[in-house]
Amino acid sequence: MSTDLDTIIKKYKQGKREDLIPLLQEIQEDQGFLSEEAIVKTGTFLGLSTTKIYGLATFYDKFRFIPAGKIQIKICHGTSCFLNGSQSIINRIKEETGINPGQTTRDGNFSYEIVSCMGGCNNGPVITVNGEFHSHVKAEQLPELIKKLKYVIDND
Amino acid sequence: MEDLKSFLIEKVLLFESDTLSSDTEKVLGQVRREKPAQPVVYLSSGTSSLIAGSARTYSAIENYISENALEAKLISVGCTGPANFEPLVCVHIPGKNKLFFRNITEEKVEPLLNGVFHNDINEDDLAGQTGTKGFELWPGIPFMDEHPFFSNQKRVVLGNCGCYDPESIEEYIARGGYRSYVKAIRHYTYDEVCDIIEKSGLRGRSGGGYLTGLKWKHALNTNANARYLICNAKESDPGAFTDRTILESDPHRLLEGIAIGAYAIGASNAIIFIRSGSDHARNRLQRAIDSAREFGLFGHDIFSSGYNLDIVIKKEPGAFVCGEETALINTLEGKRGMPQLKPPYPTTAGLFGKPTVINNVETLMNVPLIMQNGPEWFRSLGTENSPGTKVFAVAGKGRMSGVVEVEMGTSIRTILEDIADGIREGKDFKAIQLGGASGSFITSEHLDLTIDFDELRENGIGMGAGGFVIIDENTCMVDLVRYYMEFIRNESCGKCIPCREGTGRMLEILESVIRKPLNEESGTTLERFKGVMQLETIASVMKDTSLCGLGQTAPNPFMSALKNFRDEFEEHIFDRKCRANICRGLRSFSIDVEKCTGCTACASKCPVNAIYGTRLQPFFIVEDKCIGCGICFDICKFSAITVK
Repeated sequence: MSTDLDTIIKKYKQGKREDLIPLLQEIQEDQGFLSEEAIVKTGTFLGLSTTKIYGLATFYDKFRFIPAGKIQIKICHGTSCFLNGSQSIINRIKEETGINPGQTTRDGNFSYEIVSCMGGCNNGPVITVNGEFHSHVKAEQLPELIKKLKYVIDND
Repeated sequence: MEDLKSFLIEKVLLFESDTLSSDTEKVLGQVRREKPAQPVVYLSSGTSSLIAGSARTYSAIENYISENALEAKLISVGCTGPANFEPLVCVHIPGKNKLFFRNITEEKVEPLLNGVFHNDINEDDLAGQTGTKGFELWPGIPFMDEHPFFSNQKRVVLGNCGCYDPESIEEYIARGGYRSYVKAIRHYTYDEVCDIIEKSGLRGRSGGGYLTGLKWKHALNTNANARYLICNAKESDPGAFTDRTILESDPHRLLEGIAIGAYAIGASNAIIFIRSGSDHARNRLQRAIDSAREFGLFGHDIFSSGYNLDIVIKKEPGAFVCGEETALINTLEGKRGMPQLKPPYPTTAGLFGKPTVINNVETLMNVPLIMQNGPEWFRSLGTENSPGTKVFAVAGKGRMSGVVEVEMGTSIRTILEDIADGIREGKDFKAIQLGGASGSFITSEHLDLTIDFDELRENGIGMGAGGFVIIDENTCMVDLVRYYMEFIRNESCGKCIPCREGTGRMLEILESVIRKPLNEESGTTLERFKGVMQLETIASVMKDTSLCGLGQTAPNPFMSALKNFRDEFEEHIFDRKCRANICRGLRSFSIDVEKCTGCTACASKCPVNAIYGTRLQPFFIVEDKCIGCGICFDICKFSAITVK
């Protein structure tokens, strides 16, 4: 259950410019994404125009403006994982889900993102599915994995 | 617990003499679990162990202990270093040496512990033993520190990693922690601390190699009513994970380093700027800060010294460039993380216009050790101009990988051949990539260079922050350069033209080099060729005119790959061939009629339906349709598919 926006904003009593990023981060942690309402409210509170906030938030890649999927996949694309074939995993996920990194499928089931290094270099390629690690992933395992996950969502 | 806390504060932290009484030492030995009365099981618990499955191992050990009603303790420790051994389990049976076991996944826990407790050890899982005088040896079992992975290292910064519970401040204090800090704030002036660090010759470990003591003095000598110390833990180079391992394994020593640094420049606010993905590290660090505050180590008028200090963690919002000093400051001020022209340097006008020192995690980790052992001790390590040690994240195609610390002056060959134990599966060595996305390649002719800021710089190689990626012959250098360029293009902040446009254009050209040849009539070949001619010019313009280090170093992988592997580039451009068979666009597959059994496996998986044939007869591939994805090659059980 997410907290009321005002409760989060109230924590930043002084309302200075440097509070902007931590505030947006906290809202996103709580609600999963930055809604239009959140951006407008933050702007009113900090006295900043919404375009400025949107401009800042889009500069950084950890902010998202649509809710993440029920299943979030993160793919490590560090050098070691790349040498072991993470590119083909990204390609396969793209094919399977039909979306680009950072997007969410229309049914709201899947989203995925590419991260630069998870630090599990000798177990690469590494992916996480809702925080759970999978190591030595092969592209041909993915359709099966995604099918299984879809089954879990449908029967949830 | 409350008793132990006041004991540690009064008898250890505030104790004025350098040698502690034997009674105190005895208690500290107990806290360090030197001579445990009951068996202790240690389990590595950093991110790389978690990826290897240590969370499940933890609960399996927990279950084993409770099911067998054992009087044994289970302790999570940080990472010891060798990633191949993870999850790494260490068992300490009273009176005997510690035994280390590697790759202990959950199903191995029961047989392993059964064996250890009944003196029937499975040799396959064994990594080695460690111990001190007075403990019983395990006969015939090699010592951990004699393993080439450890025997060629000098573990100073990583000395505590994997040895203690990172969430226990008591244990850190029992290992000598926080004493230098308390001594510094009670007995030394700001200048004295700066002097000690300057004398030690410590240089910034983030790659630049600037003298830390000098940097601190700049900030201290600038007139201001507030100063800041920022610990830069934003490490997001692909293939670098040293800082995170340190944060997860030894957070208290980092805090002590930050605290001493903050005191030395007269700052009462310190900020740790941490990478957004490192939640495990952030949680550990936050707990460490909380417990240090409980001990009165941070706060107002610390131990009646008149010094105030507050340490906060700030999470990075996701941009590679905000690891750069001025961009980092912009991010902390709530702006876009774009770099600024220097000067003014942050030591003069940094965060909120105040003098600010930004130090890397590894640099600050050295500080408590220098304060404890003196600057001469630090000078005795490493080389004359680069004293101390350097931590690397060894990854890629080496047999061993993990976090490694070597004395400065160690040759690159030692790290490659002894510590990483050479290349996997009988392949040939091709290169080492030092220093992340904008580092250079080191080829076999440079292997005898030593790890030393100046020696590497003279040879045109940057020290980098700690990535050490080993590359074997199966890697296509053009594809690898394209990969780095794609990363940098995505991460360029877009403020200055050379970097914004240059990275995009370089990526475009590199992509056209590895793309499948298109229709010759449309002029694309000519366009591609014109682009290739420009590559070197773009690279040198970017290097000379970009605003910050990101753009200036972005062409490095390309420039050094071109210098050392020019023939590979030429093969791609002129012969349209990729010798490593990596570039999809340049591969074409065919079926060996002798070997093909007509099983239809390849035809059914081909995404573009380029494979035809009759069941149980040899199949064939239509070359025009083939996109070179290689699925057929991976799936064929009869090695009937050949790559051209």
